[in-house]
Amino acid sequence: MSITIRSIHKTFGSYKALEDVSLDVPDGSLTALLGPSGSGKTTLLRIVAGLEFADDGPGKVLFHGEDVSGVPAGKRGVGFVFQHYALFKHMTVGENIGFGLTTLPRSNRPKKAEIGDRVRELLKLVKLEGLEKRRPHELSGGQRQRVALARALAIKPKVLLLDEPFGALDAQVRKDLRRWLRIFHDEIGLTTLFVTHDQEEALELADQVVVMRNARIEQVGSPQEIYDQPRSPFVYEFLGNVNKVALNEDSNQYIRPHEIEVCFAAEHDPASGRLAKIQHLFSAGPVATLTVRLDDGQFLDVELSRKQLDDLALDVGDEISLKLGSAAP
Amino acid sequence: MKRVLPGFGLTMGFTVAYLGLVVLIPLVALFIKAAGIGWHEWLEILTSPRVLAAAKLTFGASFCAALLSSVTGLLVAWVLVRYEFPGRRFLDGMVDLPFALPTAVAGITLTAIYAPNGWIGEHLAKHGIQAAYNPLGVFIALTFIGFPFVVRTLQPVMEDLGKEVEEAAATLGAGRWTVFWRVILPMLVPALITGFTLAFARAIGEYGSVVFISGNLPMKTEILPLLIVSQLEQFKYGAAAVIAAGMLIVSFALLFLINLLQRRLDWQHR
Repeated sequence: MSITIRSIHKTFGSYKALEDVSLDVPDGSLTALLGPSGSGKTTLLRIVAGLEFADDGPGKVLFHGEDVSGVPAGKRGVGFVFQHYALFKHMTVGENIGFGLTTLPRSNRPKKAEIGDRVRELLKLVKLEGLEKRRPHELSGGQRQRVALARALAIKPKVLLLDEPFGALDAQVRKDLRRWLRIFHDEIGLTTLFVTHDQEEALELADQVVVMRNARIEQVGSPQEIYDQPRSPFVYEFLGNVNKVALNEDSNQYIRPHEIEVCFAAEHDPASGRLAKIQHLFSAGPVATLTVRLDDGQFLDVELSRKQLDDLALDVGDEISLKLGSAAP
Repeated sequence: MKRVLPGFGLTMGFTVAYLGLVVLIPLVALFIKAAGIGWHEWLEILTSPRVLAAAKLTFGASFCAALLSSVTGLLVAWVLVRYEFPGRRFLDGMVDLPFALPTAVAGITLTAIYAPNGWIGEHLAKHGIQAAYNPLGVFIALTFIGFPFVVRTLQPVMEDLGKEVEEAAATLGAGRWTVFWRVILPMLVPALITGFTLAFARAIGEYGSVVFISGNLPMKTEILPLLIVSQLEQFKYGAAAVIAAGMLIVSFALLFLINLLQRRLDWQHR
């Protein structure tokens, strides 16, 4: 089910959390809301969920063309996974997952045995078979995360919303769970919107990345587009490593470390290159990173493959020539 | 044995010595005094109608008062934790007043208000309800002194609860009533029982505020602590000690039972 957001405004007192935000989330996509803290991404997610309402005005949220702006969270049919999971600590894992089914009105509430079957089905789906009788405090962070996911899916939501889904996990679990979520999403095909401040996570996981800044959407596109054709210096700097080279007083050139070409100082051509001196060299792993100092004192990061580094036989203190190209903006 | 945290021997020694001196020795002295009387007389004193009536009033009124305090305390704590409003800090400070006020002052004030010619008492009297000099008065006084215990026990637990669990329940389709009954209340139950127990225990031993409002009519509005004092005034030290010891045993048994119940209801220990 697609999500359509039209000119949403949201203020908290005098603080503007969202300013004229419009966005289309295609049916079945996995979309990331990416931005630094305070950019409004969580507020936008909460408005889609119905946990927060947009300011009065023309702002609208539509699910598959149907206006749900005034519908409260409980009737909107969204699965929401909270950053810290918000599991019910006094219930077992099974009771947590079944909660949404047991609160249905009596007329369409499944029988107890059916709820039990559904709970076991969901546990299997999130790879937690046999943990039905455990309590949340007995589980690891990654397991709790998946219980929260199963609980959200139990009500057969129209869309799935995740707030910083990996924020509270350590690096290894984070990576595993990220890969698992991607495969999981492709299997169930549910329209999913998630919030993150981690650019790597957004680029690796999402079909569509929405970059937010200061209550507005800065750019929307596929990870490739966002990375290769950033529309503003902010997006350039926020996504991946980037060098900011001051050309003159009020213009900068942005160039990614791997886009810089390196050659010997002897082959230097003043028309197309800049002279630089290697200050630091880091070469553990397949990619080597050089920190170089330009002739005018600016520092740059340069990435090249190990093979290139070995071919050039570079070392700290060497003079080299860099081709920075003419990349915009 | 080597420990990372220093000072175990010293602090443990101090703890045992202090508890012995302050709690155990007086209690032992009480039982020794009570033991000076034969079993037969023990039974006779404890089963006398006057003692039984006082016991019924003390434990009954304390239980009911603690129960009411639990409900009102839950509400007050909720309002103080969940909402921001002008005067919140002032209200919050007011909760502690029953702790600070000398109980006799509380008793006299309550009596003045609830007496048949007092502010509230005269309205109650119109409906044929007499609060002061009645078991109802005892109940009112015990509610007054027990209530802060519930509020102060619940507050930190409520603050930890966070809004996320409520929101999670809401997105899963639960109405407000369901959220309260199935999510919030069960999470508060352990703290609520602790608050109830403190209010109950405090009420059983309460003396100062009750003696004024109750009127102290034997068989009707006399509470156990008062009965003990009146025995002492008649130099019946043995009888006073026996009543006190009996009261202690029953209190201990009740608190123990509540503790067992709490363990069963406490999801953290299951």
